[in-house]
Amino acid sequence: MNETLRPDLALIARTVRQGARVLDVGCGDGALMAALRDNAGVDARGLEIDGSNVAAAVGRGLSVVQGDADTDLGYYPDASFDYAILSQTLQTTRRPDLVVEELLRIGGQAFVSFPNFAHWRGRISLMWGGRMPVTRLLPDTWYDTLNIHHVTVDDFRALVKERGWTIDGQWFLKGDRETTHANANLFAEHAVFLLRK
Amino acid sequence: MASVPISEDRRFGLRRQARLTTPLNLSSGARLGPVDIAYETYGAMNADKSNVILICHALTGDQYVASDHPVTGKPGWWWRLVGAGKPVDPARHFVVCSNVIGSCMGSSGPASIDPATGDPHAMRFPVLTIADMVRAQAALLDHLGVERLSAVIGGSMGGMQALTWPTLFPDRVESCIVIASTARHSAQNIAFHEVGRQAIMADPHWRGGDYYADGQVPSAGLAVARMAAHITYLSEAGLTEKFGRRLQGRPENPNGAKTFGFDADFQVESYLRHQGLSFVERFDANSYLYITRAMDYYDIADDHGGSLAKAFTATKARFCLVSFDTDWLYPTAESRIIVHALNASGAQASFVELSSPFGHDAFLLECPELNRVVDGFLKGGRA
Repeated sequence: MNETLRPDLALIARTVRQGARVLDVGCGDGALMAALRDNAGVDARGLEIDGSNVAAAVGRGLSVVQGDADTDLGYYPDASFDYAILSQTLQTTRRPDLVVEELLRIGGQAFVSFPNFAHWRGRISLMWGGRMPVTRLLPDTWYDTLNIHHVTVDDFRALVKERGWTIDGQWFLKGDRETTHANANLFAEHAVFLLRK
Repeated sequence: MASVPISEDRRFGLRRQARLTTPLNLSSGARLGPVDIAYETYGAMNADKSNVILICHALTGDQYVASDHPVTGKPGWWWRLVGAGKPVDPARHFVVCSNVIGSCMGSSGPASIDPATGDPHAMRFPVLTIADMVRAQAALLDHLGVERLSAVIGGSMGGMQALTWPTLFPDRVESCIVIASTARHSAQNIAFHEVGRQAIMADPHWRGGDYYADGQVPSAGLAVARMAAHITYLSEAGLTEKFGRRLQGRPENPNGAKTFGFDADFQVESYLRHQGLSFVERFDANSYLYITRAMDYYDIADDHGGSLAKAFTATKARFCLVSFDTDWLYPTAESRIIVHALNASGAQASFVELSSPFGHDAFLLECPELNRVVDGFLKGGRA
């Protein structure tokens, strides 16, 4: 059952080691977990806030727990996974910095992917339209969006530096394709970081 | 169903009873034996005995999980989950469901005859725990030649047994489904049970439990116990939707009327009285005392030095927990406590809170999402 993965998930799926232990935080309906299990023999566990997503993931035979990244990561022991993954969820958490700290406590490495708020389209929307950007990756209006902590590539790099985390890998996406690191803060729609403590 | 072979083995089939001669060592330190266990099996065991599923029933449930009840004539209490085309399917699974010890549907309990005296045990029956019920199930499985369970599944008190299974027999359980349940009885749970027990014991017919000889049973007390408990199985919204403040219709007044007396004016009163009265026809009051007591003593963490996570370190079982958002008897928070302990112990765990207007009873009612979760979880073990 090889479905087409979202580009950032496909990128993560290509990078995760065969047979690794993975915690997917905000795993949605388990698409990435299923791909990792079926293609790479990964022991994948998931945490997901939405009940119908959890039911769908469990319905495909995955181990997924309904819970909240902001409050439930504390129950996982130190270094219990090779990777902790947070894809397109960072910007929805109450304290993104603490969530990443938890990911790096639980996993040897952590994948963090997020939409880049400084992409030029968003900048134009704000600068010339004076309105909060509504784009393909950020399709919601300001009042009903789940994204409560918008973040840019440079913001995230600054946080990484401030906390002394190590970047083991970084990838940038424009549309569904990978793009260059040059001026990623302006041209990348989406960023994926692989971090280590 | 035609492809399912009919077993010649008299141990397998509907309405079975086994007499286990080896005494059970109970949590209290007492021994119980010989032990009778009434049970049913559905489907056939496969060659490597890898398709066995044990279903555990709730407080007033029984072994008739998927066949018509001999007293009430109603279909099996979990026919929505167990049966042809259901997540637990006798065409694929060998399903076992036994009456818990302490109950009154054919397994040893206070109403059964003590072979030493020839009289019913009554209150001389030893006080039991949920763990004792599980030990009796394990002894039955030994009798049936079952070593390992592909899955143990239960809701409510059945969930307590299912969750206890891997803590007592870590190598005998591959997966465990716990629905609308908890890892311990709360003060509120104990309080409601105590109301029920006091209602029974306050009935003049109870007589210290020795009421079997003359047929004068404490039915009024047992009915009140059932009425109080039944409220805890429903949600306030469910009660309001079903009854509201509507009055009970009568022959002389189809819309009902306030009688300015103490008849069942309200539909909800009439419903509860009916629940109480129909319950006493199928259940023994002393059994109700013993089983509620076992549930109150239930606290898995307490049996493992206060750490719930420790209870699960020895098992490799996969776990699936389901709660319902309107269940205030065993609310979602109780399931979360179990999930957190399972995460801490590194066990494979799934958990979902499903939405239902029906309160605790939701696990017995129509819920397609529950079936989807159980089906996917059971099949996930085969990946």
